Amino acid sequence: MSTHDAKAMRPPGAIDPPMPLAHHFDTAGQQAGSAKFGMWVFLATEVLMFSGLFLAYFIVRMLYPEMVLSSHELLDKTMGGINTVVLLTSSYTMAMGVRAAQLGDKKGLVRNLVLTIAFACVFLVVKYFEYTGKFSHGIFPGKYFNYAEAGAYAMEHGGHVLQGKPHIFFGLYFVMTGLHGVHVVVGIGVLVWVLMRAKKGQFGPRYYAPVENVGLYWHIVDLVWIFLFPLLYLVR
Amino acid sequence: MILSMLMAPEGSATPSPDKLPATPQPPWETMHAWAPLPEASTFAAGTENLYLFIIALSALFFGLIMGAMLWFMAKHKRRGPDDKTSSITHSGKIEFLWSAIPSVLLLVIFVWGEVDFIKQSVAPADPIEIRVTGRQWSWTVEYPDYPGVSFTSSTETPEITMMVPKGRPVRLMMTSTDVLHSFYVPAFRVKRDVLPGRYTTMWFEATQVGEFNMFCTEYCGDQHSKMTGVVKVLDPDLFEAALREAGKLERNVEDGVRESDKDYGARIYKRRGCDACHSTDGTPKVGPTWQGLWGRTSEFVGGGSLKVEGTAGENYIIDSIREPQKNVVVGFGGAAMPSFMGQLSDDQIKALSAYIKTLK
Amino acid sequence: MANETEKSTREPSFYEAQTGWKSWAFTLDHKRLGIMYLLSTMIFFFVAGMSAILLRTELLTPQGDFLPWLNQGLASLFGNPITEEAAKAQSGTTFNKLFTVHGAVMVFLVIIPSVPGALGNFLLPLMLGAKDVAFPRLNLASYWIYTIGACFFLYTLFAGGLDTGWTFYTPYSTSTGTAVISATLGAFILGFSSILTGLNFMVTVHKMRAPGMTWYRMPLFVWAIYATAVIQVLATPVLAITLLLLIVERWLGIGIFDPAMGGDPVLFQHFFWFYSHPAVYIMILPGFGIESELIAVHSRKHIFGYKAIALSSVAIAMISFIVWGHHMFVSGQSELAGIVFSFLTFVVAVPTAIKVFSWVATLYKGSIEFNTPMLYGLMFLFTFTIGGLTGVFLGAMSLDVHLHDTYFVVAHFHYVMMGGTIIAFIGGIHHWWSKMTGRMYHEGSAKIGALLVFIGFNTTFFNQFVMGGQGMPRRYYTYVPQFQQQHLLSTIGAYILAVGLMWTAAYLLWSLRKANKKIQPDNPWGGMSLEWQTQSPPIEHNFHGTPRVDSDPYNFPQIDRTGEVDGSH
Repeated sequence: MSTHDAKAMRPPGAIDPPMPLAHHFDTAGQQAGSAKFGMWVFLATEVLMFSGLFLAYFIVRMLYPEMVLSSHELLDKTMGGINTVVLLTSSYTMAMGVRAAQLGDKKGLVRNLVLTIAFACVFLVVKYFEYTGKFSHGIFPGKYFNYAEAGAYAMEHGGHVLQGKPHIFFGLYFVMTGLHGVHVVVGIGVLVWVLMRAKKGQFGPRYYAPVENVGLYWHIVDLVWIFLFPLLYLVR
Repeated sequence: MILSMLMAPEGSATPSPDKLPATPQPPWETMHAWAPLPEASTFAAGTENLYLFIIALSALFFGLIMGAMLWFMAKHKRRGPDDKTSSITHSGKIEFLWSAIPSVLLLVIFVWGEVDFIKQSVAPADPIEIRVTGRQWSWTVEYPDYPGVSFTSSTETPEITMMVPKGRPVRLMMTSTDVLHSFYVPAFRVKRDVLPGRYTTMWFEATQVGEFNMFCTEYCGDQHSKMTGVVKVLDPDLFEAALREAGKLERNVEDGVRESDKDYGARIYKRRGCDACHSTDGTPKVGPTWQGLWGRTSEFVGGGSLKVEGTAGENYIIDSIREPQKNVVVGFGGAAMPSFMGQLSDDQIKALSAYIKTLK
Repeated sequence: MANETEKSTREPSFYEAQTGWKSWAFTLDHKRLGIMYLLSTMIFFFVAGMSAILLRTELLTPQGDFLPWLNQGLASLFGNPITEEAAKAQSGTTFNKLFTVHGAVMVFLVIIPSVPGALGNFLLPLMLGAKDVAFPRLNLASYWIYTIGACFFLYTLFAGGLDTGWTFYTPYSTSTGTAVISATLGAFILGFSSILTGLNFMVTVHKMRAPGMTWYRMPLFVWAIYATAVIQVLATPVLAITLLLLIVERWLGIGIFDPAMGGDPVLFQHFFWFYSHPAVYIMILPGFGIESELIAVHSRKHIFGYKAIALSSVAIAMISFIVWGHHMFVSGQSELAGIVFSFLTFVVAVPTAIKVFSWVATLYKGSIEFNTPMLYGLMFLFTFTIGGLTGVFLGAMSLDVHLHDTYFVVAHFHYVMMGGTIIAFIGGIHHWWSKMTGRMYHEGSAKIGALLVFIGFNTTFFNQFVMGGQGMPRRYYTYVPQFQQQHLLSTIGAYILAVGLMWTAAYLLWSLRKANKKIQPDNPWGGMSLEWQTQSPPIEHNFHGTPRVDSDPYNFPQIDRTGEVDGSH
């Protein structure tokens, strides 16, 4: 989209800093295009990496259908649902932030970045409670899974029996949500970095690539969760 | 070399009744280093012929490519700094031909390989069933139709690990008790991985009488290269009797004299695979050495110790064989000894005990 | 563009532009990073090569005797003597650790990073007419990530070693007592270095070509690096997840690969080979790229079938993702899967074959100079063709049943990886030596080195095909005595090869001595690609101004265009 047509949409007090051109690029277009292309390639690698995990999940589901069904009842759908809403909202504020950068709306950009970071932190906090909740019922990954405790919890929680080898399911659950969580933490890190630069007034219609690229990363992190949540928490 | 590869050694034919037995071919091991393997199964000829076919095609193409290269090297050597070169950059016709011809040849090879592979995957009706169990680092072979018959390979010497009759299909059902292994008989051209927690199956029909090497071909740890054995192919008339005889692990009786406990125990030590993990001469192995076991004090993981003598010592030996996790010697907690409950009779355990006592 | 050979017009080279260790450690210059990768990968080549020499020495005899002697000697040296029996008992494990180190270091620390990291980094921007890669800081990060991954491997060596084989098959790798986690973490980290390099190169090729350089005007080395980068980017993340799952399986006992905990060992093989098969194309494609440059420049003739070679690299990159099951014909996977994989394996052979034919056709009516780079280029044709043809044997299913996990496979992959990639790499090092260092090696010594390498390599590996056909299994430290003569031959070959390689390293390093002050021409071979149109060694920013191109780099002035109606390309 052309930012020149949008000049009329810029808020009062909008800034328009120049793009700092790196020494090895000939033109600004080359630099911006490279950054964008590079980020898309990087996202492709992230998708491939998580695909491996999803494949592992599908195979386990195929091998042990009843075990997966009975185990996933122990996952907290409410917390998962809250996290989904939180992440979706953070994607919205991120997109708004990118728009603000394109319009040179420094205040709007900073506000939206802060909101996005806040929502990301809320996600992590909810995750913390979710994990500690699991641990308190003996649900640990792999060989640390406490069958007796977890089995008892399953009985009181919904009156059902834990079938088969739930430690496999929960092992995958922790690895998948854990790896995703690591990506959220990294995302907070880069969001903070962009926020600091935004506060210094470095972004505007001529230069907003870092905001856009961090936004792309954040959307992928959200997208992965959109797949994780139904597969792990909801599917029957 | 190619010529010798074309002439595979013939197997020894079953002698016809009114002729003298044909001079048996020397086993492959005694032939020269480059001798091709015997073709000792119904699959072998097909595999060998495909091998030779691809060798011939490869030699042809390699010859053409290298020939062209050497010819151009000679003819187009640079003669001076202003030597002119041709302006050819491509040729649709030539490029099409050298894509299409190899494609067709590769297709032929693919189909041949696939057809033979399918034949190897579907066992004919009524094969002799054999159960193979691989474990670090020995093979145990049993015959469901011949209960009590069992062979075990040894890491120290090549032992007969399987007996099959010539001319009858056998099917192997294989599994592992620990890690991946693979059962390979080069002379038969057959191989299949052996997996823990699952059965894999393969079949073959031997066509030559003789003894043939069998190797484990999926890396499985320290003694992977010693997890080998011998497959013996017998005339069908002699097969059953030989199987029962060789499979027996009973106490020998010679001239009315029963084999002593310690001699019997020595045989059990090798035949039941104890030698894979326990030495008799002090060599450190996966399990404690049996040398000097009787009379020494063993310390156990989790506390406790025992001077292995008297009734307590006897009971310790029996427990170690039936419930090995009951008392694990300090320093040997890494690899878990499998239990031999139900696999060794009381009499056999008594013989082993007597054997152990002789090992100073 | 005129060659800049006048000393008075020479600007300081990129070596002289900045000084001090920090200017190397924190460099953003792709050329310096290329040199650093060259040094690192060659050090690990030596380490892995020495492991191979040790294990080949053990294989001189059918029993274990060299390694026990070595273990005993080392144990006394470190003041912790062990008995002969103890040494003998350990020798199997020592051997297993040696072949694992050889394989893992060669694959992850040498062959995958060396050509893209060393030659790719150095040459890509130069060939494209750019000042640097698209993301110089990311490039620096890639190098240090490589180094960190290498440190994890080094740590593994001292923490008890690794004995799983470079393939890490479960459940052995989840249950063995050796340092699996540190090694897999090292490989995991190295994977990131590979991904980031691939990403960088992809964007560079797309966005930073000089004006006038369309895709079909790029040197074939660039096409090769580009195809490699695509594979690096798409395949390596799957390796990352495989190794991560392996680490978690070992550490937490998830139960995904280990049947004792409810998992499936064949699943590991699928995950592993899904990366590792494309990985072997990461290893060979850059070698193909070098080969195209060597053959064309040293016969001063336009490469034959430019489009076919360029597009076949991309085709190979794509198809390489769907053939992984040919490593698993006897693993217990379904027969149907095996058939599909076998078919696709034959499909991927065709684009490779047409490259070989095209290179030979390039020699036709060329003007061939038999200097060292060309000798390696010709050697490549010999050894890679053998390697490629023997792949056909392994693609045929019934034959693979017999040959899988035997020395035939070992010979095949050494012919393609060493006879292919490494031979091409050494050729490339010689071809671009004066460009990278401003010095020239002694040609006579180089030819001796090439001869030793050729003789040593073929002596080591050719008879291994025969051994494999006779059933000699891989990863064996003891074997039936029948194979001893061939093992002896192989070991002798290995010693000759080692001497040849060390001789090569020696004269190359000797050419760098201070006393060697002779100024080398910027373009000794008459190459037409952009790297030859600038100083040797290049200035920090590669070119004065932005070069323009109007044709592909294979239109040598020696090409006879008389009688041509239309001379444009």
